[in-house]
Amino acid sequence: MIAETGHYALVLALALALIQSTVPILGARLSDPALMNVARSTALAQLMFVAFSFAALVTLHVTSDFSVVNVFENSHSLKPMIYKITGVWGNHEGSMLLWVSILALFGGLVAAFGNNLPLSLRAHVLAVQAWIASAFYLFILITSNPFLRIANPPIEGRDLNPVLQDVGLAVHPPMLYLGYVGFSISFSFAIAALIEGRIDAAWARWVRPWTLVAWIFLTLGIAMGSYWAYYELGWGGWWFWDPVENASLMPWLAGTALLHSALVMEKRNALKVWTILISILTFSLSLLGTFLVRSGVLTSVHAFATDPTRGVFILLILCIFIGGGLTLYAWRASTLKQGGLFAPISREGALVLNNLFLTTACATVFIGTLYPLALEVLTGDKISVGPPFFNLTFAPLFVPLMIAVPFGPMLAWKRGDLVGAAQRLLAAGIAALIAIALLWAWARGGGTLAPLAIGLGVFVIAGALSDLAERIGLFRMPLAITARRARGLPRSAWGSAFAHAGVGVALIGIVCETTWNSEYIATMKPDDVAKIAGYELRLDGLTQRQGPNFREMVAQFTVSLDGERLSVMTPSKRNFTTREASTTEAALLTRGFSQLYISLGDLTRDGAIAARIYYKPLVLLIWFGPVLMAFGGLLSLSDRRLRVGAPKPAKVLRGLQAAE
Amino acid sequence: MTRKQRRLTIIGGSLAVLALAAALVLNAMRDSIVFFSTPTMVAEKHILQGRRFRLGGLVQPGTLERGDNLAVTFEIADGGAKLPVAYQGILPDLFREGQGVIAEGALDASGVFRADTVLAKHDESYMPKDVADALKKQGHWKDDYGAKANGSASQTAQGVAQGGKQ
Repeated sequence: MIAETGHYALVLALALALIQSTVPILGARLSDPALMNVARSTALAQLMFVAFSFAALVTLHVTSDFSVVNVFENSHSLKPMIYKITGVWGNHEGSMLLWVSILALFGGLVAAFGNNLPLSLRAHVLAVQAWIASAFYLFILITSNPFLRIANPPIEGRDLNPVLQDVGLAVHPPMLYLGYVGFSISFSFAIAALIEGRIDAAWARWVRPWTLVAWIFLTLGIAMGSYWAYYELGWGGWWFWDPVENASLMPWLAGTALLHSALVMEKRNALKVWTILISILTFSLSLLGTFLVRSGVLTSVHAFATDPTRGVFILLILCIFIGGGLTLYAWRASTLKQGGLFAPISREGALVLNNLFLTTACATVFIGTLYPLALEVLTGDKISVGPPFFNLTFAPLFVPLMIAVPFGPMLAWKRGDLVGAAQRLLAAGIAALIAIALLWAWARGGGTLAPLAIGLGVFVIAGALSDLAERIGLFRMPLAITARRARGLPRSAWGSAFAHAGVGVALIGIVCETTWNSEYIATMKPDDVAKIAGYELRLDGLTQRQGPNFREMVAQFTVSLDGERLSVMTPSKRNFTTREASTTEAALLTRGFSQLYISLGDLTRDGAIAARIYYKPLVLLIWFGPVLMAFGGLLSLSDRRLRVGAPKPAKVLRGLQAAE
Repeated sequence: MTRKQRRLTIIGGSLAVLALAAALVLNAMRDSIVFFSTPTMVAEKHILQGRRFRLGGLVQPGTLERGDNLAVTFEIADGGAKLPVAYQGILPDLFREGQGVIAEGALDASGVFRADTVLAKHDESYMPKDVADALKKQGHWKDDYGAKANGSASQTAQGVAQGGKQ
């Protein structure tokens, strides 16, 4: 019964979405407030039905109802409860249901909190949301229905893929989807503005918080996924330039650009046409990411399987929305009024530069990801574009961007003073030079580029700090005044400083990890000692253990530094009986921001075990940086301006809303 | 500064950055592209020693040998030809004889493929797409394998794709 009700709720949600995608537009054409307000109630009802449908699938998984194909193929009665729940989106059908649930959630939020939006704009935005929703409901119902039954229900399920039986699955996909799908809001706002042929600074003020929310989640989602891959896959790598990773990086790059260009639009009413375009592109890249991952067109380090109907269906959705969006843009963009003037050296100019480099970097990732596909379709040659390509293209483009980052906030709007900004960044520059000099003197190996790159990271962090110091008048004024100014400083200023510093922190982590990472691989017998980066790791012994749905072999290592016993590390190798698959559970020991990392290989015939031990200096900074960025985003989101500063709609519109 | 000048500055700057990016992309494309081959293609094409490429196929049952210091040797076969592979390090969890794998590396003087990376997929019955395509093309595609791969494996493989790194 639950499965059928869930399925039925999904069909009803589709019906509601179809109403929502047509009636409000008609209402806007006829200027009929009652029809326009249909958007609000349908969006909320649609959210309710999808949530019900999702809850139904969760219930089926939790109760291990193996008469449902989806549960049978991805669950097992002995599986721990948390993986029964997370297993809901650990498969194609369930993850698509999560995708539409989040889409409906965002639609519902706009409907619930968009009361002071101009009525016709809200109607248009929600209608566009409903177009996207309808397309994906159809996709799920036609090609990927999670509620299908099996005629003869088996007693036991086939278990979830062991690699996915980890808390990472509870956090990573939902975060990533909140990011991906969150950009649908800026897309809908952009399309609505194009349909209405009207756009003003207030528009940017609506779009910015939504973009910021999506960006925060996407940042955390990518970082979380990277950390998950790092500890779960047992290779000690955290980014592989894998097409699936690139699929999430591209919307992030475009979304970061959007975040900055929306700022120019909000404050200076300039770059309107560009902001609209980048909104469309950002969500297009999110859709492309969904297509790449869901259709199985790519060979990737991560397994893929092909199902042609699904691929073709998503490709169709992709073409309709991207093609439609860009066509509408080409047709209507010229009707939007031009914005304010600014000199090339100005805050606006700096943000244009930011957009230029971010979108170009995004384009190189796009080429590297899709070129092999295009080549295979055109010539049949199979090639793979690996890390070297991205290191050679992406990195050089990021260097000028990073150098420019500290200058941006130092420049005034409209017309800036580059020399003045440089003078204020003198301290940051000196800090960077000291860091470079120290590293050159101290560090051995790793070439000349690493100290320079770390110096760049220091420059970005110190630049963000000097911007704050400058604004609150640190060292120039008495402490009391400084403290008062710090309190008075808008949260968004703190936010951007944190976010920029986060980029520098991540850069330092990346450079340290890749340059001074040490690795030790050997077959070890009990009482063997491995020495790495000053640490001594002694293998105490191997034990067998029985888990809920797996058997594991645990190795115990005693870690000591300079003869002093520090801790015990227990990496293991798990064997999942149902799928006859094994996973490697790496053991991590955190020392400050650095980590020791052990993962196990196979047992040899004489009872020795292959072990891979890494010492990764400052590796945690790689993920601490994005967390800082997301925290900066959160601070910015809590800015007073975004909470209370939104302009109230005109009186006439408020009168119309009362008719709801 | 007039609107026209501003626009020219921006367009000029953009073109400069795009030109830089294009130069970087073309340069990187020349050096860092890795082609995919099967043992049969290697036998036919005569790939130069030292040139990096990806070799895909099935691990020939009975050929896996472990030496000292984590050295392993095995053969990758595609039904038409076989190629010996040498690798040092820990093989992935799902590496088995008879399974599809992709190895990346180059041929040495004695015709042995020296791999520095070995990839096996995260699913026990999953065949790497490149390998499957290549085998199909040569007519060595086993029907039962195909059925298995399309049925159960598609689910789990999709799951990994989604969770593992999506």
